[in-house]
Amino acid sequence: MVQVCQSTIIDAPIYEVWRVLRDFNGHDRWHPVIASSAIENGEPVDAVGSVRRFRLADGGELREQLLSLSDKECRLTYCLLESPLPLMGYVASIRLKPVTDGNRTFWEWRSEFHPPASRREELVRLVTEGIYRAGFAAVRKLLSAGQRQTPVAASVMDAPAVARPMPKLVEAVSADGADRTRAIVVAKHGGPEVLEFREIGLPEPAYGEVRIRHTVIGVNFIDVYCRTGYFDLLSPPGVPGMEAAGVIEAIGPGVSGFSVGERVAYGCPPVGAYSERRNMSPELLVRLPEDISDEISAGALLKGVAASFLLHDVQQVRPGSVVLVHAAAGGIGQILVQWARHLGATVIATVSNDDKARLVERLGAHHVIVYTSENFSDAVMEITGGRGADVVYDAVGNDTFAGSLAALGVRGHLVSFGQASGPVGNWDIGRFSSKSITVSRPNYGHFTDTQDKLVPHVHRFFSALRQGIVRIDTPRRYPLARAADAHRDLESRRSIGSLVLVPASPPAPNAASSLGSVATTG
Amino acid sequence: MPKVYVSSVVNAPAADVWQVVRNFNGLPDWTPFVAESRIEQNARPDQIGCIRNFTLKDGGRIRERLLALSDYDLSCTYSILESPMGVENYIAKLALTPITDGNATFCEWEAEFDCAPEREAALIQQIGSGVFQAAFTSLKKRFAR
Repeated sequence: MVQVCQSTIIDAPIYEVWRVLRDFNGHDRWHPVIASSAIENGEPVDAVGSVRRFRLADGGELREQLLSLSDKECRLTYCLLESPLPLMGYVASIRLKPVTDGNRTFWEWRSEFHPPASRREELVRLVTEGIYRAGFAAVRKLLSAGQRQTPVAASVMDAPAVARPMPKLVEAVSADGADRTRAIVVAKHGGPEVLEFREIGLPEPAYGEVRIRHTVIGVNFIDVYCRTGYFDLLSPPGVPGMEAAGVIEAIGPGVSGFSVGERVAYGCPPVGAYSERRNMSPELLVRLPEDISDEISAGALLKGVAASFLLHDVQQVRPGSVVLVHAAAGGIGQILVQWARHLGATVIATVSNDDKARLVERLGAHHVIVYTSENFSDAVMEITGGRGADVVYDAVGNDTFAGSLAALGVRGHLVSFGQASGPVGNWDIGRFSSKSITVSRPNYGHFTDTQDKLVPHVHRFFSALRQGIVRIDTPRRYPLARAADAHRDLESRRSIGSLVLVPASPPAPNAASSLGSVATTG
Repeated sequence: MPKVYVSSVVNAPAADVWQVVRNFNGLPDWTPFVAESRIEQNARPDQIGCIRNFTLKDGGRIRERLLALSDYDLSCTYSILESPMGVENYIAKLALTPITDGNATFCEWEAEFDCAPEREAALIQQIGSGVFQAAFTSLKKRFAR
């Protein structure tokens, strides 16, 4: 059995909505899919037991019986007697409740039925969207048309649904009594120039939130996608950034297990890391062990966790695997090269110039291809004696996707985890059968959005750092106010390794730890 | 028997709102009028029958007993044992319902009680606007998107 339940708010008083819905024979006047309707045997429309026979716009004919009607509760129940669709045992109810705050109406429409397993999804979608949601929209339109003289502020419910509530920027001017902090604000989507450094309001941590004072903030390519609007993670005005390390400064009500002064780091939505201080839910905070510096974790936590699931979950890299890593001198590329080598793989790396090639060789890549001077897929085939790569890690996107497919061996796996050079476009997957190719498009969130998923990767990454499996160069530092420069360097492919932002005033972060090595510049 | 019914819409998923209002000892966290609260006899705040003993910001003290709590229906029912309001047989229910359209929450709070007839209008006003609506307003502010 399936249950469908949909609900909405109609911007009209309950008696007006009920007047429309209680008429068991009136649905042909408002529902878009119903062409005509009649009550059988001339029964009264509000007699419990009466049957409506109605015809859909597409010609199908149905019969439904009224099972209960209550003017006190503004509720009615009905069942399906005959239908061209196999909605077996379909019983539905409609109920209304007043929203006293604003004189509006809550409307819930729900049903149960037994669809054949093979058509379950299709029928649930039909009922949910084709009947209930379409009905909501039709009644909303009907009632708003009759209310033109007294326009009511558009219901907030009409706004497009957002998958995850985005943190709203608190404007400094409106934050009366609240604290302030300085942050990079994206006032509208655009190029690096839209990154504006200014003061914003910072409310007390709300229920279930902690306040973090950032010591070091990570810069990732996903921040560029948020800035440009390519990813729907930041609605302007908003503060970008999803990775940072710092110290817990205050704890809101309802939070347990954290204390003021604890060193923490995170690499997760919601955005807001490009700030001196912020409030956030501690759900995905990572406590920093003493031997992991703020700088290394801010520069590498997100990348290290991503490398962990890319090498262990998305594909299980084993001794003897041939692994091709693009953009191998980049933040995540450097980690993939070192870790894949440790796992026993033959590592082939691509980079854009000779300086980066030398760096990647030092990290342990077995073969380095400067893709600006030679065709990398031919080179891979040559290096592997025609076998091709078992897995390609490709976050470059448009420029490399076709070559990556060509560089794969039989039953190879192309892991496309970014598109720094642009979207990969449309591909006919039929052609993948020539080598039985698998293509994955992993999303960071789906591997890290709960403690259960995240923690094993964090532990694995920290342990790889401790054992020297992965060495992270001291990230290149930019003042927080100069975030735009960091973005320009990242996008122009000038940068090597990780970039971090450092807030100006707070105490200096932990000195570069023993895990950091040679400082590099772009 | 006088009845009060207040309902509102909070712009956040029902599970998130429930996380806040389910705590029978949590009134100081989310309502604007409660100064402090404790659960008597060290009971858990989700133990049916437990008593919350709280002080209003205006100094009044109220004791209420948890009669029902449902993580399935997202509802909480309680009665007043002692209060300065002059009500008897007071039973209230707070309930949340998901609004699928926009992933928001329909919040309802209703109460029934007995009182002296001349106090009825003032009490309905005080409980409806001063307590239930005031709490919903601060809940809406907390979850403003």
